Amino acid sequence: MTKPVVIVGASMGGLRAAETLRKSGYAGPLVVIGDEPHAPYNRPPLSKEVLAEDVSHAAVAFPLAEILDDVEWALGNAVVASDLDAHTVTLADGTSIEYSSLIIATGLRPRRLNLPGQPAHGVHAIRTLDDAMRLRSELAPGARVVVFGAGFIGCEAAATATKLGCTVTVVGKGSIPMLRPLGQQLAEDVQRRNEAHGVTFISNACLVEILADEAGGRVTGVVLDNGQTISCDVVIEALGSLPNTEFLLNNDIDIESGVHVDETLHALRENGEPWDNVYAIGDVARFPIPQFDPKTRRVEHWNIPTEMARKVGKLVALAHGDDRDAHAAELEKPFAPIPSFWSDQFEVSLLAYGLLDQGDDIRLLEGDVGGDCIYGYFTGDAMVGVCGIGMRSKVMGYRNKVGLNFAQ
Amino acid sequence: MLKIHVDMNKCQHYGQCVFDAPNVFRLNEDDKLEYEHTADDSERDNIQLAIDICPMQAISFVE
Repeated sequence: MTKPVVIVGASMGGLRAAETLRKSGYAGPLVVIGDEPHAPYNRPPLSKEVLAEDVSHAAVAFPLAEILDDVEWALGNAVVASDLDAHTVTLADGTSIEYSSLIIATGLRPRRLNLPGQPAHGVHAIRTLDDAMRLRSELAPGARVVVFGAGFIGCEAAATATKLGCTVTVVGKGSIPMLRPLGQQLAEDVQRRNEAHGVTFISNACLVEILADEAGGRVTGVVLDNGQTISCDVVIEALGSLPNTEFLLNNDIDIESGVHVDETLHALRENGEPWDNVYAIGDVARFPIPQFDPKTRRVEHWNIPTEMARKVGKLVALAHGDDRDAHAAELEKPFAPIPSFWSDQFEVSLLAYGLLDQGDDIRLLEGDVGGDCIYGYFTGDAMVGVCGIGMRSKVMGYRNKVGLNFAQ
Repeated sequence: MLKIHVDMNKCQHYGQCVFDAPNVFRLNEDDKLEYEHTADDSERDNIQLAIDICPMQAISFVE
């Protein structure tokens, strides 16, 4: 029997890889494995619409194209182990599957604190649909909410909860929310706009304890490392994410801070040599972006999983096909995306291209501080990123000017 | 001829579609999405890419 192509991860990256395999002519067996019980769904609404409205899986599910009719889905069944030499993965229910090619799209999970005193309810993270639906049930008008973590997810959740009538305090380890991704000028600007809507920010602080009622069933407050106590009903932990790579332990593969892949998204052994039938895509992949620099990084931006999936789906389909020349030609094309992200917090609508945190010189390019504006992120004369509040069509005009052209 | 529909209740004017199918989608001077409601069959692949990349999943073909 022909061994299947196995995609581990049934979120957007896994779905787009499956679609691209079929569109690129791969007609053999195809298995998609997911740890969540749900068919692939769209995650950006989780920190916004899903918290604010009574939406179900159907409202955020990706449509499943007819070309996926003969895909075998193994959902609610995480991959727990693998043997890359034997070409097998093992699922939580004990099933072992032998693959021809393996596409790793396992994504991330939220970093959790598991603080002392934590009760059964009231402490949340936002990554999955089930997470968001659980949180929604507690964001009643008047609820007091503490968000720990002042990145995009934390600030978006704070904005959504405020709009729902909650009283929200954001506790951040740094001096300014979203400082690393946005840089000082823009981060300060966005903070001021959030404060104008009633969000309170506490900087340079960590949660060290969760306070609960005597029965241990409900959150009553949090204690910070600066000694401050904040009374609250709900805690949201938004502390970034960890790559889901544990199932790859005990293999010759570089999984330090994500699955290390080369410019054609082949997973790399510890000595840097590629596996010829193992690929990684999406948030879990650590990859080079040749037009910026030779470093590798994970990029948790919206467009990355889809663009990687298109590349790998085509490569794997060609690897299984008869046209050796077409496969060789595809291997010559490096994956070179322009990272892109956006964020909505109240009326603030951010749109960015490039790697903003690589810029050490931030310049106001257009508009006015406090109004609609565009910042450029430079290193020397090269613009490595651009980000605007509003002015979207103008921001988009800068997209193709972003990069260091390191490869040239 | 392809027929295209954008659910303007869902669309947040992110403009991601513009790069995949520039002949069909654009942001106007007010940063609002405008699009061609019909397109030639040769645009099918580009429009499908735009459908996939839409953060709000607001774009569809009308059968």
